[in-house]
Amino acid sequence: MSLFALTLHEASEKLRRREISSVELTEAVLQRIAATDDRVRAYLTLARDSAMEQAKQADARLASGQPSSPLLGVPLAVKDNFLTQGLRTTCASKILGDFMPPYDATAVAKLRAAGAVIVGKTNLDEFAMGSSAENSAFFPTCNPWNLQRIPGGSSGGSAAAVAADQCIAALGTDTGGSIRQPAACCGVVGLKPTYGRVSRYGIIAFASSMDQVGPMTKDTRDSALLLQALAGHDPADSTSSNHAVADYSAALTGEVKNLRIGVPKEYFVGGMQPEVEKSVREAIRQFEQAGAKIEEISLPHTEYAVAVYYIVATAEASSNLARYDGMRFGHRADAKDLTETYMISRDEGFGSEVKRRIMLGTYVLSAGYYDAYYLKAQRVRRLIKEDFDNAFKRCDVIVTPTAPTTAFKIGEKTSDPLQMYLSDIYTISINLAGLPALSLPCGLDNNNLPIGLQIIGKHFDEATVLRVADSYEQETNWHNQKPKL
Amino acid sequence: MNYEPVIGLEVHAQLLTASKIFCGCSTQFGREPNANTCPVCCGFPGVLPVLNKKVVEFAIKAGLATHCEITRSSVLARKNYFYPDLPKGYQISQYELPICQNGYVEFDLNGATKRVRLTRIHMEEDAGKNIHDAHGDSSLVDLNRAGVPLLEIVSEPDMGATEEAGAYLRTLRAILQYLAICDGNMEEGSFRCDANISVRPVGTEALGTKIEIKNLNSFRAVERAIEFEIQRQSETLDDGGSLVQETRLWDEHREETRSMRSKESAHDYRYFPDPDLLPLVVPESWIDEVRAGLPELPAARRQRFGAEYGLPSYDAELLTSRKDVADYFENAVKIHANPKALSNWIVGDLFRVLKDRKLDEQLYIKTWPLPAPRLAELVQLIDQGKINGKIAKSIFEELLDSDKTAQQIVSEKGLEQVSDSGSIEAAIDKVLAANGKQVEQFRAGNDKVFGFIVGQVMKATQGKANPQKVNEILRDKLK
Repeated sequence: MSLFALTLHEASEKLRRREISSVELTEAVLQRIAATDDRVRAYLTLARDSAMEQAKQADARLASGQPSSPLLGVPLAVKDNFLTQGLRTTCASKILGDFMPPYDATAVAKLRAAGAVIVGKTNLDEFAMGSSAENSAFFPTCNPWNLQRIPGGSSGGSAAAVAADQCIAALGTDTGGSIRQPAACCGVVGLKPTYGRVSRYGIIAFASSMDQVGPMTKDTRDSALLLQALAGHDPADSTSSNHAVADYSAALTGEVKNLRIGVPKEYFVGGMQPEVEKSVREAIRQFEQAGAKIEEISLPHTEYAVAVYYIVATAEASSNLARYDGMRFGHRADAKDLTETYMISRDEGFGSEVKRRIMLGTYVLSAGYYDAYYLKAQRVRRLIKEDFDNAFKRCDVIVTPTAPTTAFKIGEKTSDPLQMYLSDIYTISINLAGLPALSLPCGLDNNNLPIGLQIIGKHFDEATVLRVADSYEQETNWHNQKPKL
Repeated sequence: MNYEPVIGLEVHAQLLTASKIFCGCSTQFGREPNANTCPVCCGFPGVLPVLNKKVVEFAIKAGLATHCEITRSSVLARKNYFYPDLPKGYQISQYELPICQNGYVEFDLNGATKRVRLTRIHMEEDAGKNIHDAHGDSSLVDLNRAGVPLLEIVSEPDMGATEEAGAYLRTLRAILQYLAICDGNMEEGSFRCDANISVRPVGTEALGTKIEIKNLNSFRAVERAIEFEIQRQSETLDDGGSLVQETRLWDEHREETRSMRSKESAHDYRYFPDPDLLPLVVPESWIDEVRAGLPELPAARRQRFGAEYGLPSYDAELLTSRKDVADYFENAVKIHANPKALSNWIVGDLFRVLKDRKLDEQLYIKTWPLPAPRLAELVQLIDQGKINGKIAKSIFEELLDSDKTAQQIVSEKGLEQVSDSGSIEAAIDKVLAANGKQVEQFRAGNDKVFGFIVGQVMKATQGKANPQKVNEILRDKLK
């Protein structure tokens, strides 16, 4: 087996047993990138030299035999909306120019402290706005399962890199499904933790009340390891939580007996690809056979989620993106005065989807419209959250499809933003409610494209979500399927 | 027609915290441009604000001192607009649910107590500063001030005269200075004021068109601008014109206001709760703790100075308008209990020295040119009859920046007052003999000459004679 194909827990064990070195592993991953990334195009920036340097340092630490993190010496990829000190960060936007961050995002700093090797920055939809990675200002990323297909988005680069074995694991961010939907499209495991579980400090804000950092991995065990390294309160992020961090690996008991699994009826309606429904139903049967209790539940405000999301998220984005004004960093156009500098810099710097969302968000916050849109959306958001609170009185986790379809063709939905927005119909509510949710592979469709199963947990109950996902992996082989590249 | 003004004031008070409101950068004034900055206050990608607890504590202090309700769960909001000195493209402020609401400030004016209600006090971050024309045809931005904490204190339109506005501002400033949360320096911009003014025919109730005036950098500017606006608005109405709601700038040199922007072109700030900051919950216990630590405030102290020391209200007002001065006075009174004499020395001679040395620009004077115990000793020497008032004035000057005591200077220079009748009589006899003409004039009924003769006697005794004794003996001799 090639080294680049290892999972995080396998690689970590081999490193610890000194069967392989971090330098060997990192070289293997970099070679894999060199061999495949002209087709996949997962990476925006590679960090070959610093990665090799970090690998050497990791080997020195491994040689010392000191207790260390399972991430020590493991090559990881980071979505290009995390600030990485000394490593170009673009957010897949021209407006950032050749922005060189003066500091590390907290999540990145934690990876570095654990001794992880950062091999590069992965592609995304510009400012994480999109469901296909096609909105990158640089180039679209291709799905390793079928290069004519999208890898999902916005963390499409990280998902494709994990699926293509171009890294051992990766970081993504998820505001409306941006970890889970690409994980589903690329047949990998993607976890969006509870809002507040992982620090947002140093990730380029899209919608602050929903953005959340999470792991994208080859299996659930890896997800638990990576989350362990990321989770916890950060004094630099006022919205990060003090809630105690569980031992996620210890939670993986494989046991789902008597676990109550909710299946929301509103999620199995029209518009779903038949193979997706079939695979998800099959997975639910599997849980039932393993001793779980299946409960039909109702999340009555589901139909409003997409509308609420596109009001709240765009409102926050319109404000968050005001700082890209050409004054202190990033792209600045030559212009005759201040107003023109703003207008031309932003016109040239932002892509059309970003502009669309800034306009939407500006509109819904404007005098005379605030109450009708923003305030109303916040009220409905509360109802959506209450739907979940009520449902979780009757179940421990909720199981749904991650996305209504498998990966669509590149270019298929770019001219119809509304169709594109519906890709996130099953993931968006979870961000509005701030809940943890994980997507893992549960089948392949007739075109040999991965299908994702979503497991939603209670607030701060990532442990149960991971346990359920892991138990499924123990009974099935979908997570071991690899694309042929 | 006769018009009356309706005035409301918005004050921005810069808080005396060591660090900025949302990051750890220093708030120190006068450092080189952009020395006090970090990714957070420069609005770099990815940064998040963390609210400085001291700012909240100061806001609660201000609220309690002005009889406000403290909002138990208040909200920080984003005020969105583009400007190069505003790094994030929004200012973090408070909009709905400010930290303090519904308070008031009281002061005495023309023998009556006036109450001005406060609508709200809220916390916000200051913007940076644009520097124009310093670098060819481009402008520069200094973000040292970006993120410095401010309180915005908004009054109801409760003031009906310029002098009420002035008195309100001075009272408010004194309160903030007593709380040691703002240095109150208008010229340096740490205490800024915008005024809202309308006029209406005397005796009517309906409010006129509100005009906002900005750029008021001194008490004088506030008062002059209000006066100007009252006159401008009254004349416009008298001429049959109408007023439009607008913002006007005070031009210090031309002493006039001019239009800046009208309501139609006003910004839509698109306020919304900042999702990066959770609602600010202030527990009851914290409010109690802050309340317990509040100092005696100017109004209470002024009253006490009248009651306890028997000072006239004018003296009490002057002494208590600054906490350091009031503390100084009380330290002196502890040593020598002649409150009125001490008050006279403080508001007269000492204030002159403070002003000359610009010490009055400090929030709290720690090093006095003459420490309180030594002023008390000087007054004590007068009261004991050891020196007279005139000699005391010269000793006062010598005491400044000296470590000698008044007694030492008196002894060294032989300045003790001469009170024995023999010496004084001898001096008087000499003076009378040498000034026969004036003695005649006095006896002929010209009282004014008496002062001249006293002066000659004092001169003859190098100013050391006890003036009272001189008076008595001289009157006797001239009978």
